[in-house]
Amino acid sequence: MSGGELLLQQLINAVSVGSLYALMAIGLAMVFGILRLINFAHGDLIMVGSYVALLLMVAGLPFLVAAAAGIAASTIAGLVMERVAYRPLRGAHEIAMLLTSFSVTIFLENLAIILFRPTSRPFAAPAVLRGVIEMGQLRVAGLDLIAIAIAAVLLLGLTLFVKRTTIGIAMRAASQDLLAARLMGINVNAVIATAFAIGSLLAGVVGLLWSARVGKIDPLMGFNPVLKAFVASVIGGLGSLPGAVIGAYVLGGLEILLQGLLPSALTPYRDAFVFAILIALLLFRPNGILGSTEREKI
Amino acid sequence: MLKLESVDVAYGHVQALTGVSIEVRDGELVTLLGANGAGKSSALMTVSGIVRPKAGALSYDGVDLSKTSPFDIVKLGVIHCPEGRRIFGGLTVQENLRMGAMRRADAPAVRRDMEWVYSLFPVLGQRRRQAGFTLSGGEQQMLAISRALMAEPRLLMLDEPSLGLAPLVVKAIFQVIRELHRRGVTILLVEQNVRQALAVADRGYVLVTGKIALEGTGADLRARPELEQAYLSTAKAHP
Amino acid sequence: MAMRARAGGSPGADPSPVGARLLSRLLVPVVLLGGLAVALGAVSLFAGDYLLRIVIIIGINVILVAALNLSNGFTGVFSLGHVGFMAIGAYAASILTLPVHLKAVNLPDLPRWLGGAALPFLPATLIAGLIAMAVALAVGLSLMRLKGAYISVATLGFLVIVQVILVNWDALTRGARTFAGVPPYATVWNVWIWAALTVYAVWRIGASAFGRDMRGARDNEIAAQSLGVSVLRSRLLAFCLSAFLTGVAGSLWAHFITSFSPKSFFFTQAFSIITMLVIGGLGSVSGSVIGVVLITVFSELLRNAERGFDLGFLRLPPLYGASQIIMAVLFILVIVFRPAGLLGGREIDVRGILRRVTAPRREKPKEEDL
Repeated sequence: MSGGELLLQQLINAVSVGSLYALMAIGLAMVFGILRLINFAHGDLIMVGSYVALLLMVAGLPFLVAAAAGIAASTIAGLVMERVAYRPLRGAHEIAMLLTSFSVTIFLENLAIILFRPTSRPFAAPAVLRGVIEMGQLRVAGLDLIAIAIAAVLLLGLTLFVKRTTIGIAMRAASQDLLAARLMGINVNAVIATAFAIGSLLAGVVGLLWSARVGKIDPLMGFNPVLKAFVASVIGGLGSLPGAVIGAYVLGGLEILLQGLLPSALTPYRDAFVFAILIALLLFRPNGILGSTEREKI
Repeated sequence: MLKLESVDVAYGHVQALTGVSIEVRDGELVTLLGANGAGKSSALMTVSGIVRPKAGALSYDGVDLSKTSPFDIVKLGVIHCPEGRRIFGGLTVQENLRMGAMRRADAPAVRRDMEWVYSLFPVLGQRRRQAGFTLSGGEQQMLAISRALMAEPRLLMLDEPSLGLAPLVVKAIFQVIRELHRRGVTILLVEQNVRQALAVADRGYVLVTGKIALEGTGADLRARPELEQAYLSTAKAHP
Repeated sequence: MAMRARAGGSPGADPSPVGARLLSRLLVPVVLLGGLAVALGAVSLFAGDYLLRIVIIIGINVILVAALNLSNGFTGVFSLGHVGFMAIGAYAASILTLPVHLKAVNLPDLPRWLGGAALPFLPATLIAGLIAMAVALAVGLSLMRLKGAYISVATLGFLVIVQVILVNWDALTRGARTFAGVPPYATVWNVWIWAALTVYAVWRIGASAFGRDMRGARDNEIAAQSLGVSVLRSRLLAFCLSAFLTGVAGSLWAHFITSFSPKSFFFTQAFSIITMLVIGGLGSVSGSVIGVVLITVFSELLRNAERGFDLGFLRLPPLYGASQIIMAVLFILVIVFRPAGLLGGREIDVRGILRRVTAPRREKPKEEDL
């Protein structure tokens, strides 16, 4: 493979991984922006959607139906989560909310372990998704291209949503100043529910793409993705939607870059390097790349 | 009509208001004066439902506000324009105004009000597509007031609209306040700028460390020497 | 334990002579320690193996939670990755104490200077603690500047880094495989001596001027800075001390359980320690102890129930994971309804209770909120 082709291959890899991280990170960022809540349980929404989809596929339903159901399940799970676990905590300290999200994670993961047993199950995406496109010496997984395409469409849709629709603008307003939003009579409950719904829907989509990529699912599958999504959000600046997307692609690129550059003895340490770089980044830009440089107002 | 009767408000152990009784009749412009920390903002926060009173009665047109959600209080037409402007910096001027009108269903009426607001503050009209954070302090204050106006207030509560603004801008803002008063909008004005506030107000109350120390018509209060004392006395309490 | 931080002595509060005051101040700790010693003696003599194990686990958890309180509770630096220090302590101490012949078999690639010797328990534990502290210093220098959520994420990142290193540095740690054969040096006595020392140390720090500074910085950073408190320095110091104690706890745990793997030091463990901390009350040392006892006992009961039981009329099949679910729900309930924890961030005031019981007509002394 020529140098150019190798680069292109890796680029597609990076963008594809970055796309998945982006869809995840946006969900986190939306909720954090408004509520200052870091929802660790966001990762388990991936798991919920994947299991529902898998069960329906095993039951014989066509993939698209199962996928739609999986996405719906994730969305509903997210809304329930908000109503039951997070709404009673409105206005509580950041740490309290973070710890609650941990509890929700533990709850969901163990529930899944009880229902589905801890071992992983194979997740077979339909043949059309598993195709490989060959261009010269390049081999590109169809799944990668699909992931990139879906992410592009969703991100575009989301951008239009937050810029044009009233409730989208209200979401931006609420994330900038929640108190002023309440004083204006903005229905904050509806706005927050919408943020959760959108984020959870995206998580459902990511779940399917991720499961198809990895080929199997297990109750703890959400932990790694949410951590990565988190890192992506932090890189771009917690709470910022464009930041989350940029951070996600930076993270994807960073991972692929490290994978290629690290000597083979060190490649298993790749994730450690990623986190070390994150910590280093936070040293210089404590609020992320795009985060506000605003210091606390006295 | 807004009625507070012997309202007590506390944040944890800190008593913000004690036995405060205030009335604002329809069409009046009532001003609430006092030094920093006297409790003026707490009073407004209590009316808009963000903070709940520990004791006392609080009603607007007979509706018990202490049992009403902030969302429903806004539906009643009680609009609180908070201290420090608090516009949505990342949104454009136009979007900010839209947010003020969010709960309203009548789109043509909303558009009409938007044009009216642009006529009150032409500079906002010029900057309608600009992001809020690019506006100057005075423009942001105008935007905050306009945003509140878009909510179709029956009772408009303004918290220190003149704070930190240049004299010319303050004059412009008070002209608009006068105009609103003339149009019959009921206004509860919290201010530190005593002179301007009493110049427009029908009646006023003076808060000193959470208690009403003085009340009367605008003219009354202007004549009272105790007014100065009310502002100095808080200084004396904390040497 | 009484926690009245009397700075300089309040005028007219205690008219009794100096000697009596000293005696009363010593009385409570001595009584508590004496009681503890008697209880431990009874347990080690009469208790069965299972109960003995529970008591040891409680002791180790007490150290972990008290140490975490020092960082999370006092300074507000909410570290989610402290379990990483426990792992460092466990592995470091175990590598040092592992008998030479086992090292040759299990860790054949150890450098000569490590592989050739086996240290006794105390030096190994101390060294492990110091190593954890050194790591904390390096990590802390970068983390202390961050705020709120960012610090928590960064500490989680630290945990992941530790995990990745443990899993991959085969030569030192056997990677993901079980690290077994650790000599069972941990006993009820040495664990609880460490526990008592830790609780005492954390309590003393909390009651000292340093502790006051830290809590001031936690509650209002800007005000604290204007008073000249070096927020960064106090946070870093607390973080490092906390890491040392956590590393020690890791060593104790390793020598209790005698075999472990990197998986033993990850998310679930982190969460259970934090649960104990929060339920007992952030910032309260006596609360931590109570939280530990309650949670450890409760989760043991639940874990036994998990195996399913047959009461004749009630049959419950094995439900592994159910205990975690119940803990999670419990945690959420506490956070929602009593976020300050059982003791609300305050300490049990034993002297105050005694005083009120023995002299009911005396004027009630003012209690200082901490």
